[in-house]
Amino acid sequence: MSLTASIQTPIRSAVRRRHRTEEAAIGWLAVSPALILLICLLFGPAAAVILFSFTDWQLGAATFRFIGTENFAALWADPPFWKALINTCLYVAIVVPGTVGLGLATALLIEASPALRGFYRAVHFLPVMSTMSAMAVVWGTMLHPSIGLVNRALAAFGVTGVNWLRDEHTALLALALIGIWQGFGFAMVLFVSGLKAVPQQLYDAAAVDGADGVLDRLRIVTLPMLGPVTMFVVILTASRAFEVFDSVRVLTQGGPNYASEVLLNRLYSESFDYLRTGYGAALTVVYLAIVIALTLAQARFIERRVHYS
Amino acid sequence: MSAHRRYRLAGRIARHALLAVSATFALLPFVWMISLSLKPPDEIFQPDFHLWPKTFVGVENYRVALTAAPMLRFLLNGVFVCATIFALQLMVCVPCAYALAKMRFRGRDTLFSAVLVALLVPPQALAIPHFVLLHVFGLLDTYAALILPWIISAFGIFLLRQFFRSIPGEIIHAARLDGLGEIEIIWRIMMPMSAPALAAFGVFSVVAHWNDLFWPLIAVRTEDISTPALGILLFRDDEAGQFLGPLMAGATIIVAPLLLAFLLAQRRFIDGLATTAMK
Repeated sequence: MSLTASIQTPIRSAVRRRHRTEEAAIGWLAVSPALILLICLLFGPAAAVILFSFTDWQLGAATFRFIGTENFAALWADPPFWKALINTCLYVAIVVPGTVGLGLATALLIEASPALRGFYRAVHFLPVMSTMSAMAVVWGTMLHPSIGLVNRALAAFGVTGVNWLRDEHTALLALALIGIWQGFGFAMVLFVSGLKAVPQQLYDAAAVDGADGVLDRLRIVTLPMLGPVTMFVVILTASRAFEVFDSVRVLTQGGPNYASEVLLNRLYSESFDYLRTGYGAALTVVYLAIVIALTLAQARFIERRVHYS
Repeated sequence: MSAHRRYRLAGRIARHALLAVSATFALLPFVWMISLSLKPPDEIFQPDFHLWPKTFVGVENYRVALTAAPMLRFLLNGVFVCATIFALQLMVCVPCAYALAKMRFRGRDTLFSAVLVALLVPPQALAIPHFVLLHVFGLLDTYAALILPWIISAFGIFLLRQFFRSIPGEIIHAARLDGLGEIEIIWRIMMPMSAPALAAFGVFSVVAHWNDLFWPLIAVRTEDISTPALGILLFRDDEAGQFLGPLMAGATIIVAPLLLAFLLAQRRFIDGLATTAMK
């Protein structure tokens, strides 16, 4: 018994070892395409952007030289960059409360009763699915000063509208309205799944305590229970709003006078309209740093939230 | 009628009234777009607005949209590019996700960390090097330029790995004992069992690339290989000004396929996008 065991053990472990090397070989084979592409299409390019940002390269030029942090210094001194940064933050500051508020309100109303629930959900979700560049063209005609629906509706109330997208005071606001239009259906869906997770017992308990009015239920049970989902929606909406590009590119190109300039449009113009690669790369590095910081904050937050629950 | 029932009726009416307002906000651009797409120019510029045209030129407008710009071509390009991207993403992501979830080998955890880091990088940040890379290989302004940068999806690997991990290891052991190879295990066991995750990833991928404007604007100049999101802009530049009716018809043609697909499979779409958002 002990003899066979002592003979078998080395054989068995040899078999297991061969099995393990085989598994490792197959494993590496399975991941190698992804690994190679990750390096060639993602990490390599990310490193290249950082490298480019320290050069004076212009796309198409045969030579370039390293100029240290000159691009970043130029960025720091460039008013359109600051305009883009501030506008992007302003845009986020308008779109987030609008999207989250409207998303929450519609979710609560849709879930309040089963009547037409599926219909309302689908209708509110349509903008999320629509191609922004095409719908931006449509919004452009809706916001047109004379033939547009918006000014025609205002005229019916005796209000004279402005040229929304050509006016420095309203261009960013109009784009934010379009942003809210496209995003609130998505917020609605996330809130609906959050609402489904609220246990019925809590409502029953609240009812026992005498809180059975709609507003009581909302204040005591629903809104507190939606806290985590709300934070998630806020973060997600903020990071999506931070990447605003399509509507700006199609409708205003950042104008008039940089009133609606945003980071991604700046990045696009410098890199691909003016072909100032080094400068565009510096802009990209700043953009990348902000996005990564936002995403990490978001991941940490979600992790902590998971610990609580 | 008791006070309670009256109260409930008022609540119901208020609910529908408020939702009618938000639904109108959501639908208005679509209604406006379709309405304009059926009208002749003089009616569009008339001071009084009618939802339904007095002179119906819908057929004419859509005909102009389809012939003045290669609208169908844009749609076919969109289908081809999105389908190819998704197919290639699956070919790369599925084996990788399977190995990360179910196999043991040295370096696996490091690779998974790399995937997590890759998730942090927004695609727009890679536009310059991707552009340079495609320029070097002479691939700019080709289908390859639209497809190549996207065939690796860290998000896809992450999503599928999470799902594969939830599939019990015993099933795989049993399959191995039955003599199935790893490829067969992936193809015949993991893929069918992960249909919800694959569908979620598919919805996410197709919606993102069908609607993307940023990258096609950089990678492509020729009308013939434009995707829908870019095509509508090329059409607008060509037909600027007077051709609002056909332009709106063109916009309708561009947004219709995804919206129709959504209306046909609402639940899948919504669940798919919600799952991928919550990952």
